[in-house]
Amino acid sequence: MTIPVEALRRAKAAEEPVADRRALDDPRAELLELERQGELIVQKIDREAISVMTKYGREKRIQKSHLWHHKSCGQCGHIPGYSTSIFWLMRKLGYDYHDPHDQTSCTGWNYYASATSNPAAQAAVAVRNFAAAYETGYFPLIHCGTSYGHYKDVREELIRHPELRAQVRAVMAKLGKPLVLPEEIVHYSEWVHALRHEIAAKRVRDVSGIVVSVHPACHYHKVVPGDAIYDPDIYGGQRTAVVTGLVEALGATVHDYSTWFDCCGFGFRHILVQRDFSRSFATLRKIEVMKEEANPDVVLTHDTGCVTTLDKSQFAAMAHGRNVGLPVMSDAQFAALALGAHPYRVCQLHWHSADYRPLLEKMGIDWEKAWAEFQSDLRRLESGEKRYLDWDDADGLNDDSGPH
Amino acid sequence: MTVTSSPPRDTDAHYKVWDVAGYADVPRETKARLFEQVKGDLRFGDYLYGCYECGICVGACPSAKFYDFSPRRIAQAAAREDVDLIYQQMQEDIWDCSQCFSCVRCPRGNNPGGIVTIMREVAVRNGLASAKEALVGYTRIIYKIMSTGTQVSPDMLSKDSFPDWGPETADVADNLDLWRRALPPETMHTTTTGWSVAESTLIELYLIWMETGALDMIAEVDPGLHTILLELMEERLEEAGFEV
Ligand code: SF4
Ligand code: SF4
Repeated sequence: MTIPVEALRRAKAAEEPVADRRALDDPRAELLELERQGELIVQKIDREAISVMTKYGREKRIQKSHLWHHKSCGQCGHIPGYSTSIFWLMRKLGYDYHDPHDQTSCTGWNYYASATSNPAAQAAVAVRNFAAAYETGYFPLIHCGTSYGHYKDVREELIRHPELRAQVRAVMAKLGKPLVLPEEIVHYSEWVHALRHEIAAKRVRDVSGIVVSVHPACHYHKVVPGDAIYDPDIYGGQRTAVVTGLVEALGATVHDYSTWFDCCGFGFRHILVQRDFSRSFATLRKIEVMKEEANPDVVLTHDTGCVTTLDKSQFAAMAHGRNVGLPVMSDAQFAALALGAHPYRVCQLHWHSADYRPLLEKMGIDWEKAWAEFQSDLRRLESGEKRYLDWDDADGLNDDSGPH
Repeated sequence: MTVTSSPPRDTDAHYKVWDVAGYADVPRETKARLFEQVKGDLRFGDYLYGCYECGICVGACPSAKFYDFSPRRIAQAAAREDVDLIYQQMQEDIWDCSQCFSCVRCPRGNNPGGIVTIMREVAVRNGLASAKEALVGYTRIIYKIMSTGTQVSPDMLSKDSFPDWGPETADVADNLDLWRRALPPETMHTTTTGWSVAESTLIELYLIWMETGALDMIAEVDPGLHTILLELMEERLEEAGFEV
């Protein structure tokens, strides 16, 4: 038998404890040690940072500004407001960032769907993106939950396996790039969480009457689970604090539900080629349970795949008379709305399927007026007056709708 | 543990009906060779420590609620080196997994989902029927990610592909170019890729696919797609001055 007998016998012979290798205690320390040995380069946090606590108490520092935005392929056609809202929040808080063209997807979605890749390729894709960030001097901020989880997995593999490091280093050399990893792998919802009080200080819309249910993204808190952010004051430290911490800081109410640990049903390959699974799971195990037990005004989550699955799956279930019909968006979209962002120009809610209009009304947002403003923007594009809208348009600075 | 003969399949309760999905049996040596590849993956030792048979992974697993699928069976078959059952799982079970990693709740420290990832990779590398079948309909997505560096482009969101997503998805498809041009970040005005990716970035990505053998893996499951990708990448790399 392979496991665990051989490993136990080896440990017994060496009089050593059997290591539980599911996660490294302190990957940052391991990276710095490897850097000291000349094995790799660590991109350091070099601007003001906020300290937060991870699941088992390790301190994780979140750099506030000068961030390199690693976009998510899940935003592309489904929910671009996921990304635009992150950018908007960063602009609103006055922190500089870089939105690179020199970025590929982490390709994790494809890997978890089709397995048409291998550890060396996946690590090289990750390190190529990290090297691209390193070259600019901006510190990486990962939009997607899967990219974040996958990159943490890649980091563990690179730390544990010298032969993988050697292989990736050789590929990187062909690209003229070093083997470089950031000091911390940071998800955008961790940045939102760390800055939630700064964000809340800029709130202009009252959200105290809004009830929220939270779906924690699997690849955020289950892949390399020790590295996710926890806080003893949120769920007693028994569940990740991100998203919920923001909702509480903004003054809205979180209602819990029993299937919070269940995944959304995305399934990677299922959402594309086997959606009966995704639809059933998203509606029967998540949306319906939330409705019955928590009856929220909105479902918030922090991964593009989760927003997509929970939002888009409801239409077919509705046709079957199921108890669904909850708007779904990211924490960043919700925060942007609370800070006065335009629901269409910034938060891009017209890309969503489940009806979000009752939520907007409850937040005091005149969505009909906002939609008319957005339609007039589109006419400017159609007439050729402008080819693209920009951030000034998004903030209403180029027409008489005024800043939002 | 050395197993010298196939287990008595019709009496062994932990086997599914052998030909439930219609896959032909193969010699035991083939199954053993496939398992050696699984076991030889550098992550295998990080993902499997044994099994308490507690079923916590099954309780957490979304796919176990929907399919005849069990992460416990995956972990146990691997720990027992039961190459017959492992082969059956590679043909019938592994593509049911959602890769959510809820099963890392395992108190033994196992990662059954990670073992599935490795088994899938071996199934692809060896062109197993289950891999070919699982990837039917998925070809254009592999093409998209490998050739453009972004996975699902906005223009894939057509009414025909996503009728179950409701009329709002049709609105997106009808207004795609206009709505994309209305996005404030200038990287996101694209319709055929998730965002605009620099040409030099793509060249680097192609080098990665070729240098790491990821492109070669496609040849086993879809030779036609492999040829298309290979020609595309070779041409672009040569133009960029790389020897292929
Ligand atoms: S990763 Fe796969 S086996 Fe593990 S819980 Fe998710 S669906 Fe189940
Ligand atoms: S949770 Fe772990 S120990 Fe328990 S049955 Fe699953 S694999 Fe075995």
